[in-house]
Amino acid sequence: MNKITVKICMGTTCFVMGASSLQELVDMVPSRYGDKVEVQGVPCLEFCNARTEARAPYVTVDDRVVMNATVEKVIEEIERKLSNG
Amino acid sequence: MDKNNQATHLKKEILIKTIKAFLSDDFPENTRLIPFDMRPKGSEVPYRCCIYKEREILRNRIIATLGFQMEGADERTLLSDYAKKAEQREKPDEHTLTVLESACKGCVPNRIFVTDLCQGCVARPCLENCKFGAISIVNGKSQIDSSKCKNCTKCMQVCPYHAIVKIVVPCENACPVDAISKDEQGHARIDFDKCITCGKCVASCPFGAIHEKSQIIDILSKIKQGRKVVAMVAPSVTGQLPCNIYQLKTGFLKCGFYDVVEVAEGADITAKNEAEEFIERMNHGSKFMTTSCCAGYNNLVDKHLEEIKPYRSDTKTPLYYTAEIVRKKYPDAVSVFVSPCVAKKSEALNSPDIDYVMNFEEMGALFVANKIEVSELEETEFEVEASREGRNYGILGGVSKSVEAASQNKIEIKPHIINGISKETIKELKNYAKKGECENGNLIEVMCCEGGCVGGNDCINTIRTATKTINEFTKNSKPIA
Ligand code: FES
Repeated sequence: MNKITVKICMGTTCFVMGASSLQELVDMVPSRYGDKVEVQGVPCLEFCNARTEARAPYVTVDDRVVMNATVEKVIEEIERKLSNG
Repeated sequence: MDKNNQATHLKKEILIKTIKAFLSDDFPENTRLIPFDMRPKGSEVPYRCCIYKEREILRNRIIATLGFQMEGADERTLLSDYAKKAEQREKPDEHTLTVLESACKGCVPNRIFVTDLCQGCVARPCLENCKFGAISIVNGKSQIDSSKCKNCTKCMQVCPYHAIVKIVVPCENACPVDAISKDEQGHARIDFDKCITCGKCVASCPFGAIHEKSQIIDILSKIKQGRKVVAMVAPSVTGQLPCNIYQLKTGFLKCGFYDVVEVAEGADITAKNEAEEFIERMNHGSKFMTTSCCAGYNNLVDKHLEEIKPYRSDTKTPLYYTAEIVRKKYPDAVSVFVSPCVAKKSEALNSPDIDYVMNFEEMGALFVANKIEVSELEETEFEVEASREGRNYGILGGVSKSVEAASQNKIEIKPHIINGISKETIKELKNYAKKGECENGNLIEVMCCEGGCVGGNDCINTIRTATKTINEFTKNSKPIA
């Protein structure tokens, strides 16, 4: 099975709009899913320009974009990916 | 309530849009359009009954963001006229908080309530245990007579089905000094004579109905007018954005600020003065002293805790000393404190050397509106580098540790920390004042916000990560001389 990659946007817009709370995921995800899922904080994903700050913070789980991301929404997306293989 | 919720998200979005409007070529008109841009025709109605109410509340939020009081505001005034007035204003308004009546839900009053979960049991412990005869059985189920109920919660504790709940009004419940309550219409009202500007009501309202009146337009107007505007950043600013303070300085300069100074520089002076004062007080037989750097605490003492005054340090705040330094260096400059909390706005209003306050959320919004990616900025050095202790002022225990370090072991300091002002900790402080001593320590560090300044109501980062980032950064700073 391929590893799932989670990218948490740590650009200015996303950080201000709530990504600060998503930093929890950096510790939480590896402890829950081991090496099946990789999490990384990344610089601006460029969604803020195209889609405005209203939908920030943005997180990507492989090719899926999670808008107005929260810890719960990201976990949900990871679970969905894992169960769909 | 977690800080990152939809109400704060909405407020930040409005801040960004208002600043963008200011930076555009037509501020009044683009401000007027914000509610329509945010809720265009046919868009979904996420929170309220209809799109018109949504827009009206957004309009009210923008008025507060422009720095105006909502209480008694004339609803016929156009948003574009508010924008014009904000731009021309010479002084910020007196009070720092305002309630948006349109957004206030008018929550049901605080009370104890029997829910449908009541099983109408035989034992009836609620009835048995109520000392006030407030409970009766109606149609086989318990009911509370609110005119007799004293909110003792005894019935809640004894109900085997957990069927009895306490309904609270979040803002009233959060206010440690009973400064907010409902008017005849059921809307929240702030009593500014009692209010200590702690911001706890702002953070607690699930409808986001209490706003801080922003001074951001005043500050940006000064920059636009070509004035020298100097930012004084609070020690707790480290970790509030994804960059270090040297990059942050570059960011401020890019936004048109003339210079940036660390308030940690003033904190070094506070620590030294407070250490000296502490030694003197103890040598004169005093049993304890409290710190005096927190604006929320100072308001509490001045308005409600006369008895603790003799025990509060007379040393000035880090902001006071920093503003003095800035005034000397740039006599004609406009000084802006960059703050973790709303309480500091009240301190600034009473200080001739501090012209404006910009909170961390407003700072973040300013960078977003200017499309500045802070992590990519170059670093700019500070003329004066503050010490590790000064830079730690914003984290819990940081103040007492600084005073300890500055006292150079000349006296034994046993710190005791009041982590957040609440009804309970107010009682605790009153008790120390009454006894004239504190069994838990001799230096009491009082923090209005839980977690210290990094827990301030306007902070962007979480307390945990912000504290960690500050500790990592200050590890390599020079010790206080
Ligand atoms: S800051 Fe996250 S997408 Fe740009």
